[in-house]
Amino acid sequence: MQVDIKSLSIKPLRNTFDQVVRFTGSDKSASRYLEATIGVQPEVNFHYKPLWSKNRDLYDKENTLIVMSDWYRLLDPRQYYYGAWTIARSKQQDAAERNFSFVEKRNMLEAIPADLRDKIITTFLPLRHMEYAANLNNTYMSAYGYGVSITQAASMCAMDRLGIAQYITRIGLMLDGNSGDTLKTAKAAWQNSPAWQPMRELTENMLTTEDWFELFVAQNIVLDGLVYPLMYQSFGDLTSASGQTSFAMMTEFMSEWFDEHVRWTDNIIKVAAAESDSNKAQLGKWIQQWQPQILQALQPVAQQALGSAAQAGLDAAVAHLSARLNKVGIN
Amino acid sequence: MSDKMVFLALQDNEDARPIREAIEADNPLAVISQYPGVYKIDAPGRLVVNRESVEERLGRAWNPQDIHLLLVSLSGNIDETEDYFALERT
Amino acid sequence: MEQAKKMNMKDKYNAMTGDLGWDFSYKTEAEIFPLSDFEGIKIEDWSKWQDPFRLTMDAYWKYQGEKERKLYAVIDAFAQNNAHLGVTDARYINALKIFLTAVTPLEYAAHRGFALAGRALPGVGAQVASQMQSIDELRHAQTQLHTISQYNKYFDGLHDPFHMYDRVWYLSVPKSYFEDAASAGPFEFITAISFSFEYVLTNLLFMPFMSGAAYNGDMATVNFGFSAQSDESRHMTLGLEVIKFMLEQHPDNLPIIQRWIDKYFWRGYRLLGIVGMMMDYMLPKRVMSWKEGWEMYFEQNGKMLFDDLARYGITMPKFWEQSVEEKEHLTHKLWLTFYGYGHAAAFHTWIPEDSELDWLSEKYPNTFDKYYRPRLVYLREQEKAGKRFYNPSLPQLCQTCQIPMVYTDPKNPTQRVYRESIYKGDRFHFCSDACKEIFDHEPEKISQAWLPPHQIFQGNCGGATIPDVLKHYHFSENDGGEFLHSRDNANWNLWKGLTPDEEAA
Repeated sequence: MQVDIKSLSIKPLRNTFDQVVRFTGSDKSASRYLEATIGVQPEVNFHYKPLWSKNRDLYDKENTLIVMSDWYRLLDPRQYYYGAWTIARSKQQDAAERNFSFVEKRNMLEAIPADLRDKIITTFLPLRHMEYAANLNNTYMSAYGYGVSITQAASMCAMDRLGIAQYITRIGLMLDGNSGDTLKTAKAAWQNSPAWQPMRELTENMLTTEDWFELFVAQNIVLDGLVYPLMYQSFGDLTSASGQTSFAMMTEFMSEWFDEHVRWTDNIIKVAAAESDSNKAQLGKWIQQWQPQILQALQPVAQQALGSAAQAGLDAAVAHLSARLNKVGIN
Repeated sequence: MSDKMVFLALQDNEDARPIREAIEADNPLAVISQYPGVYKIDAPGRLVVNRESVEERLGRAWNPQDIHLLLVSLSGNIDETEDYFALERT
Repeated sequence: MEQAKKMNMKDKYNAMTGDLGWDFSYKTEAEIFPLSDFEGIKIEDWSKWQDPFRLTMDAYWKYQGEKERKLYAVIDAFAQNNAHLGVTDARYINALKIFLTAVTPLEYAAHRGFALAGRALPGVGAQVASQMQSIDELRHAQTQLHTISQYNKYFDGLHDPFHMYDRVWYLSVPKSYFEDAASAGPFEFITAISFSFEYVLTNLLFMPFMSGAAYNGDMATVNFGFSAQSDESRHMTLGLEVIKFMLEQHPDNLPIIQRWIDKYFWRGYRLLGIVGMMMDYMLPKRVMSWKEGWEMYFEQNGKMLFDDLARYGITMPKFWEQSVEEKEHLTHKLWLTFYGYGHAAAFHTWIPEDSELDWLSEKYPNTFDKYYRPRLVYLREQEKAGKRFYNPSLPQLCQTCQIPMVYTDPKNPTQRVYRESIYKGDRFHFCSDACKEIFDHEPEKISQAWLPPHQIFQGNCGGATIPDVLKHYHFSENDGGEFLHSRDNANWNLWKGLTPDEEAA
């Protein structure tokens, strides 16, 4: 193989973009994540006040009560820029595809006892509507948030929630052989059944939250932080207890996703809280505002899902969330 | 028969070959032109990519949605099912 | 097992998207989607939305993941092989400087704009399509950054693109264009960007840059271009669906939409002038002239698109004829402008060689030799005599499109077009009837624009001298000015082992 001697002596003039140098403090070769993220969002000299806002700018730090001296410090420990995220998700969807295929080929769903099947339909499938709301909420954060670090992650999170809503939908279609009947039943439960009304009301209220960081706390920290352990761990364990592995297989994507989600969201509130006492106080205030309402709304759902084990399931979820909040310095 | 044209432009690479050949076989009025890196296929009214046709030439299962990997450009209204991907303009 | 009634693809996709929504009762639709009707657009039935393409997220991840793997493999190979040395010559890199500072930030602007629309529009189908486009645009911004990163290591003018985008005088053209759309409501935004930009005008942005890259040995950009194109196909279909949906929902929507189409066609056309300039002046190996490109992609192709919409009452955009009248003048005026302001640009400028001037004469038979060639030849002589021309003034900009007022009357090409309007006691200036009309329809909005020369004179750009301003822009001494005197040129000759004579050949 011929190597051009001249090209070996060519030294680069610089190793990365100036905005990355300002962020890291040195001109060393930068990761794809940093080059894709740092400084990309416009900051000043906007031309027109948006017609849709109350005297805010197109990108405005005042869209939230949280104050950061550098919004780019809200980094994603997963280092997801678009490429890293899609490649990771494509591997996960491949695994999910094989799981669904496995369950289908072996007719594993036929073995699910009737009462468990009903529970999945009336208590698990309605989560597809909550995931849709989570998609809208994270889209809101990516629209009105500040700085690429957090808004790109919110964007990806929004699409993740849509993906999860679609996997949940698929579980329903697997159960009803593509007739869509389970989805109809689940939606009716979401829309009308007493067990779901407090949660639906809370979901609709959350959709009108104005401060995008408050929404981050309410949706991505508290709501997810309680629902996922409750429905994917506790309820998941219940389904496996009767010897059914099909539910666990079909929801593996969600379980893995949640562990990842926690790494991102915990880092965000950790960094935001460490920035200032007022941030820390504000975050705590929001958690105290939302957590009791969410727990209350989850009560009848937990009851329906876990029966006598409902309180234990809720306690476990609360313990999980509390441990996380303690770890990042918010009580 | 409509004289409104539709077109599909696909990357000029190995993966696109069986699709191009399937299009040629199934769309007698289509005209295929080659540009650097791209094949452009023009047709009057409707252009269809049939899954079966592609699978015959590919030698394995093929999902019409896989065409997303090779698209460069298109013109016309998309009509897609599990068995074909088509463009039409009436 | 009993054969249950199976869903077809359309119904299945609806189960995966539309059916995720529900009837709100604790809050109203208006509370959850507060931005949905302030623009006067009437939507009676969101369920009539036809999904332009039916990608569920698992399929999206599968295809996009595959595309990213291939793309980054090539980016890596490009870097490993110092393939930036494979371009025709270093003048080409200046096209990339315009791309990174003017186009990449627009991809990001689109990412955020579609996020706004993806939350504000009440229909699930429209939300999902907007959100997918939002994330696609993030992809484009980031893959462009990664692609051009290699060039930034070896050439000037690429080192601080976003700082420049927010401040530099010629970059307020793309910035204000996109901010006009994003600061409007969701329906105006999607008409402006999904339809006018991604459907009507898109080929005039991408084909010049991507073909230019292919003809000039820029493997990295060609690679990015092909990869992005498949996303663009989805964006185009969204643009068409969006416009048809709004028009079919209520007849009252027609005049509103027509006005938006007129506005953003014109603003988009004005913005694309710089791309035309790049095609005609900055590619060592030229692909086609701006005139040819406009004829192919707008006059022929664009006309076909509007013929399709005629049944709804939509007409060709107002002032479209002027774009045709101007096509033999536009790029020459812009290049002469940037040449003169070359000391204040973050890319190099130069006078084309004789063979290139001949090409321009041939492509522009009615205008080039009469109005432009003599000026370019004169400027070259000045440079040779050590008096390379730089214009020490600041240009007057059009209030709407924010381009220097260089446009002349096509019927009388030695006369500049000046239009004006008085609003709240101030006089505003425009390059054309079209720009004036845009202003007159929304003077409160367009009068707010952050015009760079005004800001410089007000002392908001670092100081009272050009060096102060360039420092404020973060320009390095190597970023602008005459290509022949540049570090890029000197380095290129060094790397390629060329003497100055060989390089010029």
